Amino acid sequence: MSDIKNILFSGVGGQGILLASELTAASLLSAGYDVKKSEVHGMAQRGGSVTAQLRYGKRVYSPLIDPGSADIQMAFEEMEAVRYLPYLHQGSIVIVNTQHILPPSVATGQAVYPENVLDELVKRDIEVIAVDAFSIAREAGEVRTANVALVGALSVHLPVDQAVFEAIIEARVPERFRAENMKAFAAGREAGSR
Amino acid sequence: MSIVCCYLKRGHSVAEYYKPAVFPLRKMAAEIMTAKLNENTFWMSGNEAIAMGAYEAGVVVASGYPGTPSTEIMENLATYDGVYTEWAPNEKVGLEVAIGASFAGARAFATMKHVGLNVAADPLFTASYTGGRGGLVILTADDPDMHSSQNEQDNRNYALAAKIPMLEPSDPAEAKEFLKIAFDLSEQLDTPVLVRITTRIAHVKGVVEKGERVTAGAAPGIEKHPEKFVMLPAMARRRRVFVEERLNRCAELAETTDLNVVESGDKKRGFITSGVSYLYVKEAFPEAAVLKLGMCWPLPEKKIRDFTASVDTLYVVEELDPFLETQLKAWGIECHGKDCIPAIGELNTAIVRESIDPSRRKQGLFEPVELPMRPPNMCAGCPHRGIFFNLSRMKLFVSGDIGCYTLGFLPPLNAMDSTVCMGASIPMAHGMVKALGEGAHDKVVSVIGDSTFVHSGITGLINSVYNKSAATLIILDNRITAMTGQQPNPASGSDIHGNVAQSLDLEALCRAVGVKHVRVVNPHEVPECRKVIREEVERDEMSVIISVAPCVLLPELKLRKPVSYFTNIDNCVGCTSCIRLGCPAISWTPFAEGEAEARGYKKSQKGYSRIDEVLCNDCGQCASLCKFNAITRGEGKS
Repeated sequence: MSDIKNILFSGVGGQGILLASELTAASLLSAGYDVKKSEVHGMAQRGGSVTAQLRYGKRVYSPLIDPGSADIQMAFEEMEAVRYLPYLHQGSIVIVNTQHILPPSVATGQAVYPENVLDELVKRDIEVIAVDAFSIAREAGEVRTANVALVGALSVHLPVDQAVFEAIIEARVPERFRAENMKAFAAGREAGSR
Repeated sequence: MSIVCCYLKRGHSVAEYYKPAVFPLRKMAAEIMTAKLNENTFWMSGNEAIAMGAYEAGVVVASGYPGTPSTEIMENLATYDGVYTEWAPNEKVGLEVAIGASFAGARAFATMKHVGLNVAADPLFTASYTGGRGGLVILTADDPDMHSSQNEQDNRNYALAAKIPMLEPSDPAEAKEFLKIAFDLSEQLDTPVLVRITTRIAHVKGVVEKGERVTAGAAPGIEKHPEKFVMLPAMARRRRVFVEERLNRCAELAETTDLNVVESGDKKRGFITSGVSYLYVKEAFPEAAVLKLGMCWPLPEKKIRDFTASVDTLYVVEELDPFLETQLKAWGIECHGKDCIPAIGELNTAIVRESIDPSRRKQGLFEPVELPMRPPNMCAGCPHRGIFFNLSRMKLFVSGDIGCYTLGFLPPLNAMDSTVCMGASIPMAHGMVKALGEGAHDKVVSVIGDSTFVHSGITGLINSVYNKSAATLIILDNRITAMTGQQPNPASGSDIHGNVAQSLDLEALCRAVGVKHVRVVNPHEVPECRKVIREEVERDEMSVIISVAPCVLLPELKLRKPVSYFTNIDNCVGCTSCIRLGCPAISWTPFAEGEAEARGYKKSQKGYSRIDEVLCNDCGQCASLCKFNAITRGEGKS
């Protein structure tokens, strides 16, 4: 099953992991891959740490990523880029939105947000691609395009033509924000390139 | 349909609140989530696929109660034309609706999560005797690992106990096909059929092929069959015999059905498996011979014996209980199972591979790094927070229930002391007070949401009144079944399609069952609520407080543009009153050494609080607590 690739999405419930993982999956499907994705609903979605697991290849059976085998992680928040470390391996690529969302213990002054938390990845030979998705989105003219900017950064690392991604995004986002989304996607691609 | 849902924040009147919470069916969500690959091929979740399967099977009536991971089945089925769908107040009612529809000759479907089947177990066990006329299928969605559940019971045991067949698909595509087979089987054998899925089928997406809807045989109509519809002892005794004969016929069928397939391969290790575990076996041991059981009850003894004889060592791979393994061992078949594979939690490929072949354990995995935890939390502006903040300040035992508000247990509120099952809060408080004896009425309160109260809290309240309880009940009415994703319930004023429906008047209901003291409060007025709770708790008679304010995640509330609260930093004295609410929109900024004085604050001030205006949902609970005029509503800067 070595042809199967694994992408782990992580973030905070309510951040919109769903849309980003859906766009990614749709693009991979268009490119002819078998794709399976697993997510968790209910209690887990109420502002807690959440993941979605996506696997693609010629034929995918299991919907779950094994520890140590996530090839790419897309993290929507810095601390959530590090929380799932046991899923990563040397040489994994982590695309991370440089946003901080304070967990309750930090917000109430009981704990501190760890400084330079991404160093934990770098020192384990994990490639970190930090993307300031909100700045990109603001420049694109709509802050709600941050997720699409992140998909742009991810798209550089997937075996899917840029045009396929663009067609999917065009079809899936509301028409009135289409131009802004395409702009955010293009800028995200640039930010995601090494 | 326009949307009316007020009583949202401080200062609004209760009268405004009781207008129906009406919103259109969430078709949008379904469209975003289902990818159409070509004319007949979709990429969809197991739950969406099951809804499609029910439609294609010609289901006429479907009823269920929301519960993760089953909820989206009914939500999606409601988008198909020609199927009657509804949210029932609980799973027992849902199944009974389906049984009635089946007796009328229609194909009928009931959906629920695993613990929901406990509630529906009563009709299930006797429906096994009656059978039906139209096909009757019950879907149970189990939650191994308890992602969103209070236990991880294995509902395959219900098939054995109720003596009915159970099908267990492995992925979304199978789930759709198995559902159609389940209806055929139900009619062929005159039996209810259980279909069991787990979280990793319900919320996994895969490629699914669309089919045609079968047209039902005879049109529904009334036929009387007392010999199988009226389960008086004399009739039930005859049906009891039928049930055993039926199970034998079904076991014969299990030998030949395509649901149970042998996949030939390396015979050194042979695997018997079912459900999602099959997928892990295929990845962990792709070369091995496998007997995949799509029908996990009753089991095909001959097929299993033949397969066992054909392999050197037999492994039974199943999540949770040793359900298959126990049966095999009862037949004297030697196999490995729970001696190496965990019985607790979910499996995955790595667990299956390494449990069976420890030499293939992956070396050098990264250890997790210690980070501040990020547990789930009530949303910014959640009306429940105000009540739990008050309860956290009172020395009470809080008998809790199942819903978003169970999160009131978590810090900084720590205001829930027990949670067992749907509806348990009220009788448990009653039981505690009776055990504690005279004068204990002010030591225990129970807390339950609107949907859970309607589900199974009402009978508990009747008992409390009847048997002279005095433990105050707080009903947290946020107009919706929130935890599972905002499904309407009988108190919401709308049905599954978003059409206006009779709204259960909770206040009148409490009075009707005999509660003399019923108070309605706005939870966003935190100090005022405290006063009411104190008064009612001290009362030596049964009392109910209904806290009314809608869930901030209601679609109509999300569409509005909220005005945010902000902190006037100059006035903040760092008392942390607002911080202790635990609202995600409020954070604490500590002062560095000497910073307080330098910025003109008292030397002893340790920091100040700040409201994130993007996250703020305009509830005003923090402002109601602030005694220093440091929190104001409106356009401002913090």
